Amino acid sequence: MSTAPAEIELPEIVEEVDRPWVTIVWNDPVNLMSYVTYVFMTYFTYPREKAEQLMKQVHHDGRAVVSAGSREEMERDVTAMHSYGLWATLAKDE
Amino acid sequence: MAVHGFRRTAADRIILLVDDVEKGILLSLLEQLLEFVAPGVEDEDPLVQLVGLDPQARPSDDPAMARLFPDAYLDDPEAAGEFRRFTERSLRDLKSAQAQAALDTLRRSGEKVTLSLDDAGSWLGALNDLRLTLGTRLAITEEGMDELANLPDDDPRSPAYHVYDWLTFLQESLVQAVMPSD
Repeated sequence: MSTAPAEIELPEIVEEVDRPWVTIVWNDPVNLMSYVTYVFMTYFTYPREKAEQLMKQVHHDGRAVVSAGSREEMERDVTAMHSYGLWATLAKDE
Repeated sequence: MAVHGFRRTAADRIILLVDDVEKGILLSLLEQLLEFVAPGVEDEDPLVQLVGLDPQARPSDDPAMARLFPDAYLDDPEAAGEFRRFTERSLRDLKSAQAQAALDTLRRSGEKVTLSLDDAGSWLGALNDLRLTLGTRLAITEEGMDELANLPDDDPRSPAYHVYDWLTFLQESLVQAVMPSD
């Protein structure tokens, strides 16, 4: 019996199945930069530095991936972003 | 208009000082917001209320409504519709509750509005929804802000812009008051 190869391959498979979706926050002209930072710190409990970096990415690039996970987790994150008034969508990670 | 924004006291209360005019404007705006975000009367189906699933939920033609209740999927109308049927009702309930909580604190206050941190969360959501609604109505863009800030007084957009600008000032002060220290 040989189980070693299966054990080696397993982590990759799990990652592909578990984290193929992302939550994207889109830039809009109304939401305050400070408020967007506050939302990322409060909801995702990201440290200020990461929250500000994501906020700036949204502002400058027009969008940023703010979280990754299963489809159910990303639907939960998008719902939360909408409840804060941020413009967010989910998509399969390409 | 206002020179006062929200500030946080040593006892973790959030204070806003408002005069009668400012209070009247906020009351009127929050009442309109409540009406705008509340679930429609046609979905008073008890099952809809119970499970929060709304089979009638559709994307809105009103840009302000579409901004408050956006599609969750960009290029998949079917998935977006399904998501909306499962989530829009509870999102409307949440936004209504926030507007109502802000109204309640304002109605029971005089010139000094005192908020708990929970109240402040409702105010933050309601102020943001008001700015999103007004901002969409004013067709605000990042490039067009200078033009709006310099509108002549007789421009029909001028009163709405001044209210928007004041709400921006209020929300910014409230964000600073509740921002986690790190």
